[in-house]
Amino acid sequence: MVNSATTQHAEIWQILETVMDPEVPVLSVVDLGVIRAVAVEGKQVKVTITPTYTGCPAMDMIAMQIKMALMAAGYEPIIKTILSPAWTTDWMTEKGKQQLQAYGIAPPVGKSIDAAYLEDLVVPCPQCQSTHTVLVSQFGSTACKALFKCEECKEPFDYFKCH
Amino acid sequence: MATTKNEIDFLLHLADNALIIGHRNSEWCGHGPILEQDIAITNIALDYIGQARNLYQHAAELINQHTDKIELTQTGKDISLPVTEDSLAYLRDVVEFKNLLITEIPNGDWAQTSLRLFLLSQFQLELFTQLLKHEDPQVAAIAEKSIKEISYHVKWSQDWVLRLGDGTEESKRRMQNAIDAIWAFTGELFIQPEYATAACLNYAAIQTAWNQKVSAIFEEAGLVIPAKTFVQKGGATGMHTEHLGYILAEMQYLQRAYPNSEW
Ligand SMILES: [Zn+2]
Repeated sequence: MVNSATTQHAEIWQILETVMDPEVPVLSVVDLGVIRAVAVEGKQVKVTITPTYTGCPAMDMIAMQIKMALMAAGYEPIIKTILSPAWTTDWMTEKGKQQLQAYGIAPPVGKSIDAAYLEDLVVPCPQCQSTHTVLVSQFGSTACKALFKCEECKEPFDYFKCH
Repeated sequence: MATTKNEIDFLLHLADNALIIGHRNSEWCGHGPILEQDIAITNIALDYIGQARNLYQHAAELINQHTDKIELTQTGKDISLPVTEDSLAYLRDVVEFKNLLITEIPNGDWAQTSLRLFLLSQFQLELFTQLLKHEDPQVAAIAEKSIKEISYHVKWSQDWVLRLGDGTEESKRRMQNAIDAIWAFTGELFIQPEYATAACLNYAAIQTAWNQKVSAIFEEAGLVIPAKTFVQKGGATGMHTEHLGYILAEMQYLQRAYPNSEW
């Protein structure tokens, strides 16, 4: 049996990479930064996740999809949700930020500590890269986004806010 | 055991506040003045429902751990053990709800809705900051998570108070009317409920900070705090206005008519 704990661990992270955020289907839950810990004991896997926003309806679905993906691979998953430390966009991976950009959502600019100064941020347009953009609303199509408008190409776009 | 009972009541108080203000804000869904603001107020409502869920879940956990010691409800008819976040929200009656009156009064116009949110979220920001030091780590964790969202609510609602207060003659009149209508409900924010016994709480300090911040915004917007008014109180102990019953009727109808239904 070569299936050591380490390779099992790696396999589980690989499986998690395939579970996508239902609201932003290009972003895996790993890249979103919601996976806080993975503990394996034989077939039992405990995955600790942290919600992005408390009211985010995607969180229940994310937990369910993680469970299904692990069960499909023959594991017995337990999903534990923790609130502290609170999720922050600082935990989003660089790869995740690039995927957001390619998908047409401007990734968070700077660190979560800047969150209070949304209107002072320079958020480049994900369509034309112009920095000539303005904040339309602090709240966008989902809890995690704000709405911006590009003055150059005139397109509105979502910005994944620092949090 | 008194401590646990107090903590449960306090959690229900916070959860009820979040649920009822969340419900009120959600009434704007599809009725906002412009699309972006409709989305904003609906997102804020969602944040509050999320907070309510976290708080009810923790309250349910504590109640189920101490079933032998804790009298569940005052009417006690509908809820069976173990309780869940859903049964706490959908099967308690008016007298069991502990939300502040300011959360249940009707939305009024946009000025009144945004003003209410400003007054309430500013209070919650101070309160939850104190709760970061709560001896129960789960309460502290919920506070930590909530503060991130409440900070957005403060910012958004404060912008509206300034924009309308310092806007046209009509918008100023509306915002001042809203203040005159709601002000009597702000006194209750600073009456420490009997069950709010956690060592980290200091309501006098909350009031001082709140007064300072609210006065500063009102002054900037050219708005006036009414001279002495009667303080409306009772929500935290289950004495509500006539409005709460209607909210619960709408919110709880489905669970009561079709028990345990899911969708
Ligand atoms: Zn552009």
